[in-house]
Amino acid sequence: MKPSSFDYVRPNTLQEALELLADGTEDSKVISGGQSLVPMMNFRLARPARLVDIGRLSELEVIRTVDDRVHVGARVRHVQLQNTPLGGPLGSLLRRSAALVGHLPIRTRGTFGGSLAHSDAASEWCLLTRLLDAEITVRSIRGERVIPAAEFFVSVFTTAMEPDELLTSVALPVLPDDHRTGIAEFARRAGDFAIVAVLGDVTVSDGTVTAARIAIGGVDDKPFRSAAAEKALLGGTFGLDLLQSAAEAAADEVDPPSDAHGDAVYRRDLVRALLPRALAAGAAA
Amino acid sequence: MTATVPLRLLVNGERHDISVEPRRTLADALREDCQLTGTHLGCEHGVCGACTVLLDGQPARACLIFAVQCEGVSIRTVEGLSADDENLHPVQQAFWDHHGLQCGFCTPGFLMLAAGTLEEDPERSDEELRDILSSNLCRCTGYQNILAATRAAAAQMRP
Repeated sequence: MKPSSFDYVRPNTLQEALELLADGTEDSKVISGGQSLVPMMNFRLARPARLVDIGRLSELEVIRTVDDRVHVGARVRHVQLQNTPLGGPLGSLLRRSAALVGHLPIRTRGTFGGSLAHSDAASEWCLLTRLLDAEITVRSIRGERVIPAAEFFVSVFTTAMEPDELLTSVALPVLPDDHRTGIAEFARRAGDFAIVAVLGDVTVSDGTVTAARIAIGGVDDKPFRSAAAEKALLGGTFGLDLLQSAAEAAADEVDPPSDAHGDAVYRRDLVRALLPRALAAGAAA
Repeated sequence: MTATVPLRLLVNGERHDISVEPRRTLADALREDCQLTGTHLGCEHGVCGACTVLLDGQPARACLIFAVQCEGVSIRTVEGLSADDENLHPVQQAFWDHHGLQCGFCTPGFLMLAAGTLEEDPERSDEELRDILSSNLCRCTGYQNILAATRAAAAQMRP
């Protein structure tokens, strides 16, 4: 239950951090809040040879709204998002999702970017970025590139980032007031990773759904967008009946894994139950 | 690889100049290097909350942060809650009065969790208190007296 030895460096600037990541050191790993990485190190599931601590890069701790995008810095902590004064359907979705990330003492340390870079398929932030087609900015000494969320998550604990790249910020779309957003998830204990989580963002005009996005966690090795549920919602009259038929479509579409936390049949049932709950609750918020 | 690095920690307002390997967690550094054994270690992977301390006033798991990350951070442990034995912190007094502990192993973590959140905002709702207290594990009490103690401490700490 103690981590194996590693070297530790704490750069003072972004440039210094990028140079360290590019210096050819084998098994170098970035540590941000450490709330996923350190447990894995304590279990020795992860044994990095060197940690690059980005804790001093305060320029990554900022949330900035520019035009129709909210840029969330990689080191913004979960608790900052839980308390964000940001208005509208995006603000509400961020607050409600943040409240489901671990427990308070985890949320005071863990960061938004760290969660994405860790890439757990049931993580609220991975699902939210996938739901909203967020754009993820990564930097290296070679330059900067923007990766769409659809391409960012490759598999469990695997992203499209190269070893010398650092996640710096994420652009989320500001959602106008005709969007209804919501999240519902099921976990055995408060604060656990969800067995299944469903996030939704639907646009409703005169009672009719004109756009729909549904993201589901716990049913694939990465955040899953349900094309079947989105198709079922589109053009329909927003209400419980429509949500239930979308939930049926999603439950048919997913091919969930079976493990100690729940088998495939159970996870399909959870999809059926949680999808309407995510958006019915969101409709009131 | 196993070389130690010199480090200055600020714990309960006192400086501790220690030398640790980078892999030393804050919890181990507090216990082994600063001789502050009030911080308890249960699961060592962030689940039980026994090692909860305050970092710049906010509750955090001392087993999920390395001591080297804590340079320049104000650390508060259970030893720093009250000035002396005669004047307990309102949270300590409330745990005493309401029998908020049995074996006492999880108690330092619960005290720091409650003290940190109530010092920030003593007006928290019952629902919020339940959610916050769900962060830590207690295997003796059944939580009801911990909740009762935290409620009482909140009432005491309101202006």
